[in-house]
Amino acid sequence: MDNKQNRKFLPPVIVLALFLLIWQAAVRIFDIDAYVLPSPASIVKQGLNDWSSLLQHMKATLGITLLGFGIGAVLGFLLAALLHIIPGAKAGFYPLLVLTQNVPLMALGPLLVIWFGFGMMPRVVLITLVTFFPVVVAMLTGLTQCDPKLMNYMRMIGAKRAQLFWRLELPSSVPHLFSGLKIAASYSVISAIYAESIGSNKGLGYYILLKQRGFETAKVFAAVAVIVMLSLILFGAITLLERMFVRGRVPSTSSRLRRKKGEEAS
Amino acid sequence: MSYALEICKLYKSFPGARRGDEPKQVLANVSFQVNDGEFVSVIGPSGSGKSTLFHLIGGLEKPTSGDIKMQGRSVVGEQGHIAYMPQQASLMPWLTVAGNIELALTIAGVAKAKARAQAEEWLSLVGLAGAANEYSHVLSGGMQQRVSFLRALLSPQRLMCLDEPFGALDALTRMHMQTWLLSLWEADRRSVLFVTHSIEEALLLSDRIIVLSAAPASIIHELHVPFPRPRSEALWSDAGFVAMKQQLYELLRPKSEVFT
Ligand SMILES: Nc1ncnc2c1ncn2[C@@H]1O[C@H](COP(=O)(O)OP(=O)(O)OP(=O)(O)O)[C@@H](O)[C@H]1O
Ligand SMILES: [Mg+2]
Repeated sequence: MDNKQNRKFLPPVIVLALFLLIWQAAVRIFDIDAYVLPSPASIVKQGLNDWSSLLQHMKATLGITLLGFGIGAVLGFLLAALLHIIPGAKAGFYPLLVLTQNVPLMALGPLLVIWFGFGMMPRVVLITLVTFFPVVVAMLTGLTQCDPKLMNYMRMIGAKRAQLFWRLELPSSVPHLFSGLKIAASYSVISAIYAESIGSNKGLGYYILLKQRGFETAKVFAAVAVIVMLSLILFGAITLLERMFVRGRVPSTSSRLRRKKGEEAS
Repeated sequence: MSYALEICKLYKSFPGARRGDEPKQVLANVSFQVNDGEFVSVIGPSGSGKSTLFHLIGGLEKPTSGDIKMQGRSVVGEQGHIAYMPQQASLMPWLTVAGNIELALTIAGVAKAKARAQAEEWLSLVGLAGAANEYSHVLSGGMQQRVSFLRALLSPQRLMCLDEPFGALDALTRMHMQTWLLSLWEADRRSVLFVTHSIEEALLLSDRIIVLSAAPASIIHELHVPFPRPRSEALWSDAGFVAMKQQLYELLRPKSEVFT
């Protein structure tokens, strides 16, 4: 298990380390101004200097991200189930739902501020709106694409509509749900940053805006690094949940192959 | 008198694959009965419509015309009245072996605790106790079929429809399963409709054998199997058995289309 993890993480870590080295060297050699491109070392230094402030803003971002993501995921799950269960609902609403995804965040953000004021509300609503769509799409796909062989069997032995939903469609869509949640997780962090940059006085989005105006480019980069870590942590948490829920079944062919290869190697 | 199952002048055709194609006739004028406690086998060439016949009985599809009755009552389009083993094992991958059996029983109306207890009891009876908590993707194909069979066997419906239950098993396991099924069934005679490709298997197990023609399937022969019960594999070398086997073999050879 440890070995397998190492094998997976080592290559990108090596590439990243090389990249940072070259970056550091380039800044030195070409004598680039710090406000244009700070070196990795100075980013770390400045980030540590400003750590307590960064941490505070990170907490604010994490708070609204989790709130918006949670509400969006629950709403997405419920909406997908409703669209699936109510006959005709999917045909009527789904295309419109897809259309809504063409509304640019740039237009939506300020509108939400006008509608909901300067509190936390517009930010959470924005994240919710962004999060719930990938969850709905993934969940609906899972609900409609369950194995026809299993569907036939369940109907032959007399499963009622509700039993088909709870005992076949829902369990077989769980892997889909998790892939939707993973996509939604990274969307939610990005949209939280955006939301904080338009109507807020805290959070990493606000912090970046502030430091940009002061030409403190190193701190902007430090904030970006924190954002990336935030995304990774959220992603990791969902993956962990997925392992707990999807244990024992075959989530996808690729992971089954991976497992097989791992067994052969060990 | 009412039958466990009564098939009356059943026709089934599927619409052509593309628009403008002729509809595809699969069953043509199929009529037969299964008496209470009778073991009836259906034998026929691949693609003749045996699984389709089961889908009609189970209410998954509706016949183009004709009637299906159980205990004298028409059940066309109704579901849940048969214990069913599909041709492909069809186990839920997110459930354990015991969980799969439990699912089938609870859908048939058995209380959850009882279903669980029964599943575990029978799994150990057939030597699969160790697999009770395994997920199906780690089971061999033969083991999956045995679980699927057990699931049908334990379902409380009176008529069992088994679609090639031993199709994926090796010869030895197959023989073992046949004698096992035979002993189970002879102890508790339920009505069984049994699809198989094996002439020997049909002769060993059945009271009656129905021979279907190639598609569109109609009944070309019906054969009473007279051997006394309890039976055993010793039957295989019986002169009467060999003669009937030969007769069925002649019927099922491709030239049998001439008969239709
Ligand atoms: N839903 C469907 N739509 C169209 N054609 C179908 C459908 N289901 C079955 N058929 C056709 O009906 C014919 C009979 O199929 P069926 O599965 O009943 O055969 P079978 O006797 O069970 O064959 P095997 O012994 O190989 O299992 C086949 O030609 C098949 O293509
Ligand atoms: Mg078949």
